[in-house]
Amino acid sequence: MMQIEVAGENALIVYFGEKTAPSVSAKVQQAVSLLESELADKLIDLVPSYASLLVIYDLLACDHLEIKSTLRQLLGQLDNTTQNTGALITLPAYYSPESGPDLQDLAQRTGHSVGEVIQIHSQMEYRVYAIGFAPGFAYLGEVDPRIAAPRLSTPRQKVPKGAVAIADQQTAVYPAVSPGGWNLIGLCPTPMFDPDKSPTMPVQVGDRVRFKPINRDQYLELGGQL
Amino acid sequence: MSGFKVIQPGLFTLIQDAGRYGHHRIGLTTGGPLDANAFKWANRLLGNPLNCSILEVSIGGLVLEAEVSTYLVVTGAAMPLKINGQEQDRWHSHRVKPGDRIELGFSTQGARAYLAVSGGFRVAPRFGSSATVTREGIGGLCNGNKLQQGDYLPCNEQTTNKAFRLPEKHRPEYSDDISLRVITGYQQQAFSDADKRMFFSSEYKVTDRADRMGYRLAGPEVKPSIDGILSEGICHGAIQIPADGQPIVLLNDRQTIGGYPKIGSMISLDTARIAQLLPGAKVHFEEITIDDAHNLHCLAQAKFERTAMEALE
Repeated sequence: MMQIEVAGENALIVYFGEKTAPSVSAKVQQAVSLLESELADKLIDLVPSYASLLVIYDLLACDHLEIKSTLRQLLGQLDNTTQNTGALITLPAYYSPESGPDLQDLAQRTGHSVGEVIQIHSQMEYRVYAIGFAPGFAYLGEVDPRIAAPRLSTPRQKVPKGAVAIADQQTAVYPAVSPGGWNLIGLCPTPMFDPDKSPTMPVQVGDRVRFKPINRDQYLELGGQL
Repeated sequence: MSGFKVIQPGLFTLIQDAGRYGHHRIGLTTGGPLDANAFKWANRLLGNPLNCSILEVSIGGLVLEAEVSTYLVVTGAAMPLKINGQEQDRWHSHRVKPGDRIELGFSTQGARAYLAVSGGFRVAPRFGSSATVTREGIGGLCNGNKLQQGDYLPCNEQTTNKAFRLPEKHRPEYSDDISLRVITGYQQQAFSDADKRMFFSSEYKVTDRADRMGYRLAGPEVKPSIDGILSEGICHGAIQIPADGQPIVLLNDRQTIGGYPKIGSMISLDTARIAQLLPGAKVHFEEITIDDAHNLHCLAQAKFERTAMEALE
């Protein structure tokens, strides 16, 4: 059950479970909104992830004992039943060997045709479990085990912006050009992070995401670049 | 517009305020000064609010030309300060006027110096902060860039400021053999007692992979009983142990989440000290309790507030 550990001098980490599961993730989400309102000015930042929540507090406003007992009190009674509270967001994806250099290889390795990989990836409804690594990088899960593929043994120096990628049972859209070791299977024309927009991201933790296959022309029409 | 012209940007000079908070949820890291102590003193020696935007100069080599009358101070690493060719005291605010040439040489002790002006540099905040994070392309004068030749650092004119200096006895020393205090936490249970004893009794060296994201150290291997964990939030100072068993101390520009096991976290008073080290420096770890960490932090805060500066003029 819920476990609280010391993380650093002004941070505690709350574990809600040991595995990725929508019910655990839903608890993390509930905890985020509860702590934002209840801890308010004692709180410096929160980092929600798959099954944990890092709580960073103001060391000059309170100590770890006070925060720990508040966390126990507030989070002990989170309900277990809510699962999919977030919005459903559809992200268009142009799947092809042209836009996804690892698509054919991934299909071969997992014993499927390219068409089957696309179908399996796009028919699943994913949940945003965490955002991190880089601004706007949303970890989506869980990928069907039939197309789950480990990271590349040698990461790429440059993964293009918008790359739709798979690593084990996680999938994501790279928000900007960056190095990366995930398998690239397509491109998404929707910007995942824009510091000048509000909100900056089309998704937030707890939302649900579906990929909708589009063709080359549609991709370009939606502003995608090749 | 008044301010300073950048004649030479130095090796790696960044605009920093106290850091960017409250945006970890979209993956934005903290940024902010690596040595928070020297940063706070720079602002305090000018009577500035402690969150003003100033320059973090790594290693040195900065040359500015004033196009404004104001006061300026340099704290942190021992980078010789010259104003119009004359060597000047650091930890000591100086009046500058249009046409003055300000030079910061290369450090003889420590790695990061802080250069502040009265009222701070006027930089538009991104996500509530001017902190430059080059990896994210956010903050600073433009898109998270480090300072470039030809940049202009805007600031207000200030001619009536009080000037202060910090007495020598209160100035920190930057040694290259230091003991760093660590609170065990996170996945500490995944480390055997023998491994923990070794970690806390061995000497580690700062490698050349030491930057604003983290300091990678080299020394006896520490092996956790688990390879990886479900990705989780990483706090400032967290000490992560990847598969090669060599610790990485995660600093201001760290990734917000990650999946390597962590043995604990360094206190912020000491992340400020490790960030002053250059490759080759030696460090030891000392285990302290979370209560000790809180006491040390509050004591340091009280000491900072009560340390008297000498007024000049």
